[in-house]
Amino acid sequence: MRFAFTTDQLALRDAVREMLAKECPPSEVRSAWANANGRTASAWDALTGMGVLDALVPEAAGGLGLNMLDLVLVCEEVGRVALPEPFVEHALVAAAVVGSGHGSMSALVGPAALGVYADSVDAVLVEDDDRLLLVAREGLVLERQSSVDHTRHLFTVDWSSAEATTEVGGPQECADAFDRAALGNAAVLVGLAQHLLDVTVDYAATRNQFGVPIGSFQALKHKLADVRIALEFARPLVYRAAHSVSIDDIDRSVHVSMCAAQAADAASLAARHALQCHGAIGYSDESDLHMWMKRVWALQRAYGDPAWHRERVARAILDED
Amino acid sequence: MVVGSLRRMDLSWSPTEVAFRNEARAWLAENVPSEKLPSGDTRDGFALHLKWEQRLFDARWSVVSWPEEYGGRNATLWEWLIFEEEYHRVGAPQRVTQNGIFLLAPTLFEFGTQEQRDRYLQPMASGLETWCQGWSEPDAGSDLAGIRSTAVRDDAAAGWRLSGQKTWTTRGAFCTHMFGLFRSDPAAERHAGLTYFLVPLNTPGVTVRGFGRLDGDEGFAEVFLDDVFVDDAMVLGEVNAGWKVAMATTGSERGLTLRSPGRFMATADRLVRLYRDIGARASDPALRHAVVQAVIDVEAYRLQTLATVTAIGDGDNPGATSSLTKVFWSELDVRMHDTALALLGTAAELEDNGWMKDFQFALSGPIYAGTNEVQRNVIAERVLGMPRR
Repeated sequence: MRFAFTTDQLALRDAVREMLAKECPPSEVRSAWANANGRTASAWDALTGMGVLDALVPEAAGGLGLNMLDLVLVCEEVGRVALPEPFVEHALVAAAVVGSGHGSMSALVGPAALGVYADSVDAVLVEDDDRLLLVAREGLVLERQSSVDHTRHLFTVDWSSAEATTEVGGPQECADAFDRAALGNAAVLVGLAQHLLDVTVDYAATRNQFGVPIGSFQALKHKLADVRIALEFARPLVYRAAHSVSIDDIDRSVHVSMCAAQAADAASLAARHALQCHGAIGYSDESDLHMWMKRVWALQRAYGDPAWHRERVARAILDED
Repeated sequence: MVVGSLRRMDLSWSPTEVAFRNEARAWLAENVPSEKLPSGDTRDGFALHLKWEQRLFDARWSVVSWPEEYGGRNATLWEWLIFEEEYHRVGAPQRVTQNGIFLLAPTLFEFGTQEQRDRYLQPMASGLETWCQGWSEPDAGSDLAGIRSTAVRDDAAAGWRLSGQKTWTTRGAFCTHMFGLFRSDPAAERHAGLTYFLVPLNTPGVTVRGFGRLDGDEGFAEVFLDDVFVDDAMVLGEVNAGWKVAMATTGSERGLTLRSPGRFMATADRLVRLYRDIGARASDPALRHAVVQAVIDVEAYRLQTLATVTAIGDGDNPGATSSLTKVFWSELDVRMHDTALALLGTAAELEDNGWMKDFQFALSGPIYAGTNEVQRNVIAERVLGMPRR
């Protein structure tokens, strides 16, 4: 029994954290809010350079040959900086199925109805009647939808008129792709929540009212303690699900759903308390806070909302026997 | 943190641990009373529970993690977790010896003299001597450092004279001994000047009055001390260092040793069974997901504990993070009982429905071992680094 990461896994996380701090500071997220494709100037290339976008691709096929357990902490870092890129869709979903060499990819799996960044990627992996299809962007008919998070360029995706689609997976691949997406999304939510907690703790230490830092008031302390508790009891579920996916555990889907529900709730709580503790400045779009909150609101129901995931757990533990 | 972290995550049990689980499971299946014992928080029930404790001790299951010389099995923390899972899984009797075994003993191991360990540990493990905790006073609850009970030096007799009042003392009316904090330096304030004493409750000058808890059992007591003499051998740790010694105990109490995941895994299992029995008739469809959330939360606690034990094995000290754990399990326990009562509907008020009495006990969780309000302050200040007032 050993429930901890290896030094290599922690080192990969640290390297990505260091790179993202440079490539995706809050000003970069703010730029993405207004630019043409909602994405960063250079973070994608930097991720490509580190190899993490093809981390799940076998070494023989040009990837790093890593697994979800190696990558789950990287997803947290992606969330921590609110990276506006299709990281989960490309690295965890599409590349893991089709390998490298297809350019940048988005993915449309599970109950998700909209494709993120579908206009600026080279191809989209879509789930179609229990099959996975890779469709080049040129073959897609896209209609833009507006997300609360303006960096998330969302589209309805119609591939019915695409001339070239490649079937790359069947029912099991569909199920596994969805589980990886939901798991990666949960880890991203944990990272978002951690950032929201960190900046709120910092703000509460420097903002003075009644002659003292507002962080010295119990009303704020208890809210932020609750966020810390929620994170403490979301992370282990995320890490265990990553372990289960990495070893093809028979219960991996249940484990993914447990962590997806827990992480979404933790992030939702973090966003709510972060806003309340910031007060009016948090309600202003001149503060960076709103970009993290809106990412949470966008992702907390992506790849199955918490009720969907609880119901999937319910069917496994309440209805069988 | 260095050597271990080269090894990859592995959530399987070793053959030794599996064998340990099987041995525990087999013994418990053979020996756990088929009839549920009356509450150990009543006088008669306490006596019956001590018979059970003796049986546990005779088979070396009462203190599995202790050294063999004191009746234990030298079990690892992992094996202790396994034993707890098995113990609660079969619904074995409550541990009326727990305040000694889980709260005092870790402190004796850390701060006690060899003589104290040899004198007190084995009778504690067998239930021959039972210990209650003498910390809270009428005016010192959450503000534990406000303790007023005094210890006055008696040089001639080579000991101390204790006076004052302790209260909310769990099972104080049935126990033979008390461990507690007393102000030994009247000039010192707050956390300074306190000393940790061991007090046999049959010492002249001790008066114990039991009284009822919320659930009706005589589980509480007031302990009055009037010039009670204890000799120097009854001081645990250094004189005037009682706060440090006591805090080591709260670490155990809030953290790993008082409420292991196995206890809540068992409650979640009962809740799932209740749902399967009557969930379809429940008036509120949201209860289905409340049951699921209980299972998810218990699983989160189990996994968080595995991470903690791994970290302890790597040489880390969990420290203030035990406050996170205490808030989580105590409020989870209340939620699970709330959910069960909601499932029971109008039958919730019946005292013998298997949940109402436990519900009342669950409500004590956010209060004892440091209220959850105090724990949240600890989390904010010591884990998050927020400013103190």
